[in-house]
Amino acid sequence: MRLSLLALLAKEPAHGYELKQALEQIFGSAYPPPNIGQIYVTLGRLEKDGLVRAVDVEQSNRPNKKVYYLTAAGRDALDAWVDEPTEGPRVRDEFFMKLVLAPMTGIADRMALINRQRRHYLGLMRDLNELADRTDREDYVALLLIEGAMLHLQADLDWLERCQEDLS
Amino acid sequence: MSPPPVVHAVNLVKIYQNGGVPVPAVRGVDLRVEAGQFVAITGPSGSGKSTLVHMLGGLDTRTSGEIWLDGKRADTLGESAWALLRRQKIGFVFQFFNLVANMTVADNVELPALLAGASAREARERREHLLGELGLTDRADASPAQLAGGEQQRVALARALANRPSLLLADEPTGNLDSRNTRDVLRLLGEVHRDGQTVILVTHDARVASLADRVVSLLDGEIVDDGFIGATRRRPRGTAGDVVELRG
Repeated sequence: MRLSLLALLAKEPAHGYELKQALEQIFGSAYPPPNIGQIYVTLGRLEKDGLVRAVDVEQSNRPNKKVYYLTAAGRDALDAWVDEPTEGPRVRDEFFMKLVLAPMTGIADRMALINRQRRHYLGLMRDLNELADRTDREDYVALLLIEGAMLHLQADLDWLERCQEDLS
Repeated sequence: MSPPPVVHAVNLVKIYQNGGVPVPAVRGVDLRVEAGQFVAITGPSGSGKSTLVHMLGGLDTRTSGEIWLDGKRADTLGESAWALLRRQKIGFVFQFFNLVANMTVADNVELPALLAGASAREARERREHLLGELGLTDRADASPAQLAGGEQQRVALARALANRPSLLLADEPTGNLDSRNTRDVLRLLGEVHRDGQTVILVTHDARVASLADRVVSLLDGEIVDDGFIGATRRRPRGTAGDVVELRG
């Protein structure tokens, strides 16, 4: 949330509600609708860290609203985030630990573990297929996210196959 | 009495000869597929998947074992009897398409329906429907050589479905497709499945495999897992935002 707010403010100063609307518009269904309270809490923390500043703007018949803008430090933090490579997906997950440690427990059969995991991943893939079917064709950000999840699952399945070949 | 299984393989074995050296590809497979079932066969390359599905379609002979189709012994049939069987009730999608080079796309797709006894009009309407579903309507008059690999692959699927086979056998039907074309193929396979046709396909693509009722995993020519894809504990509630949770 912190960095998406900084990115939006890099485009133009905005108040909290505008930021909420912008997030909804950009991400479509790819991001759970942000909670306005959470946005204000995050903006407060960003302000405390010196990454944004707020100015009060007077409104007729209403309480003042706070318009936030990015500071130079905020700009630097945003640039650093965009410029640095993002960590790759984790492979050493819980399943990997089970697979390696299974023989020590004397209970779990590795092939059975792999088979069960494969069926589970295929079940997840089926959920993603259904989700893609339900998603609006215009909502390309959401579709890209689903596609990314599918490709990760495919890689997980390919890896299971590799494990099965090498451990059999 | 329940109807016989559409496909029943009993202790099916295939051993190739490679310069006098026997190379076992399929080593005693038992497989029973009931009418209307959608079965995906997965496994690493060299695990015998393609050989198995080729034997089930009579495109490769077995070394030993039995194949029963709709309760009738099929492994003992000669080539012409197999050809008749395929014309009547089996659609086959090859990994390398096998389209007829000197015929247009439209003719390639209509031919099996015409051979199976459909009228010219029925064959044309079926072809128009299938090519439409696969986004190939404007390629109908092209020759196979003018098509990209992914287009040829979709034509091969349309051809296999032209005479509404009761059994569809397919070897990596999405191997050459990008994600958008894969989606078209998935939709069509879903339709075929809903219509009650039996589908057995070899696939590496988890999106295709996840459509199946049942997944058979091969390793070194043997079945190492055979079961139904279960429901996941956490269904996505509605939007792509939940994908994050799905993966978390």
